[in-house]
Amino acid sequence: MTMLDIFPNWLLAHGPAFLMALPLLLAAITAILPNEKIAWFSSFAVTLICTVTAFALALNNIQNGVSVYPLGGWDPPHGIALVIDALNAPILVLIAFMAVITIIYALPATIAEVEPKKRAPFYAAFLLCMAGLLGMVVTGDAFNVFVFLEVSSIATYTLVAMGASRDRRALRAAYNYLILGSIGATFFVIGIGFLYMETGTLNMAGMARILHDLEGGSRVAKVAFGFIIVGLGLKLAMFPLHMWLPGAYAYSPTPVTTFLSSTATKAALYLLLRFIFFVFDPDFEYVASVLTYVLVTLGVVGMLFASMQAIFQIDARRMLAFSSIAQVGYMLLGIGIATTASVAAGYLHLINHAIIKGGLFLALGAMWYRFGITRISDFKGMAKMMPWTMGAFTISGFSLIGVPFTAGFVSKYQLATAAAGAGWWWAVGVIVVTSILAIFYIGQALLLAYFQDPPKIEGRTVAKNEAPLAMLVPMWMLVFASIVIGMRGGVIVDASWRAAIFLLGGGQ
Amino acid sequence: MRDPHILLRVVSKFLIPLIALFAFYVQFHGDYGPGGGFQAGVILAASVILYGLVFGIAATKTAFPPSWIRIGMTLGVLLYGGTGVLSFLLGGEFLNYSVFSHNPSHGQHYGILAVELGVLCTVASVMVAIFYAFGSRQPGVPNIENANEDG
Repeated sequence: MTMLDIFPNWLLAHGPAFLMALPLLLAAITAILPNEKIAWFSSFAVTLICTVTAFALALNNIQNGVSVYPLGGWDPPHGIALVIDALNAPILVLIAFMAVITIIYALPATIAEVEPKKRAPFYAAFLLCMAGLLGMVVTGDAFNVFVFLEVSSIATYTLVAMGASRDRRALRAAYNYLILGSIGATFFVIGIGFLYMETGTLNMAGMARILHDLEGGSRVAKVAFGFIIVGLGLKLAMFPLHMWLPGAYAYSPTPVTTFLSSTATKAALYLLLRFIFFVFDPDFEYVASVLTYVLVTLGVVGMLFASMQAIFQIDARRMLAFSSIAQVGYMLLGIGIATTASVAAGYLHLINHAIIKGGLFLALGAMWYRFGITRISDFKGMAKMMPWTMGAFTISGFSLIGVPFTAGFVSKYQLATAAAGAGWWWAVGVIVVTSILAIFYIGQALLLAYFQDPPKIEGRTVAKNEAPLAMLVPMWMLVFASIVIGMRGGVIVDASWRAAIFLLGGGQ
Repeated sequence: MRDPHILLRVVSKFLIPLIALFAFYVQFHGDYGPGGGFQAGVILAASVILYGLVFGIAATKTAFPPSWIRIGMTLGVLLYGGTGVLSFLLGGEFLNYSVFSHNPSHGQHYGILAVELGVLCTVASVMVAIFYAFGSRQPGVPNIENANEDG
């Protein structure tokens, strides 16, 4: 109550529109700004405002329940509504918060990784990407989701391609991502089209109501469901559809990799949750069978296969990228088991993984910034060369493995408990096995960093050279977030339960 | 020296203003019938592109400098978004045009005009920008040199 009183009423009332409009408008202004400093500062201000707004809206949602904002004054069945509910409020906070982290980090990182002429446009594209992500999470209209999905995707392709000044392979990665991402978006919009044909509305709550009355609907609804799952699967890098991801993560500028890994795939996962449990219903027979046979199978195969691939990577960023695909598998497993506890666990892992992977990528970027390191074999003696950065990498790495008192442990433990509770004992085994595989791929980097001496160049040991403060601060903010969630996960665990109860009802 | 394309030049000189005029007809007819900012923007850009095809891209770039085109792209977005912000400042929801006038339906009219003008501005500029991007592309000589160095 007291926290909510700080925020003025107009912010709570119009906040949903701010979230998407502010970054969008500022992106337009930034695009013609010649000066990167002004661009950075205004981007920082907007991401900060968005974080505060998202936070206020999330608090408001906890206290006052679902709020609907009719855009342009047109009420939902006809107009586009922006909806804040228990499912999307935490994701909005996550996206806005990660944007702040990334923008702080981008100040030194863009100077090293992006060519001077493209730095102001970099911020414009970044804001556009953020506007798209926030928009697709906040909107309650299915077609609007597609529009914002494309806004964020197109901005992302540009951002990935900006890595070209560091590594020319970024261009190929961006092109790959462009083709696969567009196919994904096409599948998604075909699915929306079929759903519109079936229900006659684009409002997601309306769709849900009509599909419920039709008890799942005709074959058209089934086809729509299939298209939407495949389309979103491409966007969130579901196991066999993940081919775009390693390249895009490995060659784009570090801030972009961080932002992508912690928000873009997460927003797509949110949409998957929204469509499976909110628009459709796991009680429909076809949805239930897709959950059990497709999502769980692909999730588990992805967990094992991608973890294994991560072990054999030479490039450190590719290793983390494959690990991301494996982590998506955990979330899909949680969604696929489809009990309230498992969805809560999947949702929690979504947030935790964003924080963990963000920290890891930021640490890797700092190592590249100081020593030009990209390969795992270059980690030799890193603990002596960059103790703070390596410390952040280590704690985030432990969190990824699932060591107790870190965020990763909380969500993996919840997922294992949920799987056991639903009688899926073999899934518990898979979670344990992939965690052991994570020890291997994170461990090989840690071993080199802590138990080897720094390399010698012309007979002299490479001196200690810590990352600048603008990199260390965001990195350690994520590390602290990870530890705090691990020690006393209260708020975020509650948020994940609220989301799961909102979707599935009940609760334990 | 005789110009081989004299017919094209004369006819397009006659047609280009008409195409531009038609674009504005589509633009301002948009709130009563088929049409609107997007279509109008494309038609307006088509007149510029026709000019570019007939008189060459250099002449087009002096008539419509790329820097202006870039500003045009963002100006349209700002016009659209600014309408939303204005409606918010006047006490309505974002993009609720009813607050622009005492009579809500007049307000809706003004609002949609401003928004469509923004769309026209952005769409026309983006179309011309795409034309410039493809039209001014040089053969990839520098790339080939780089590739040889790498190999």
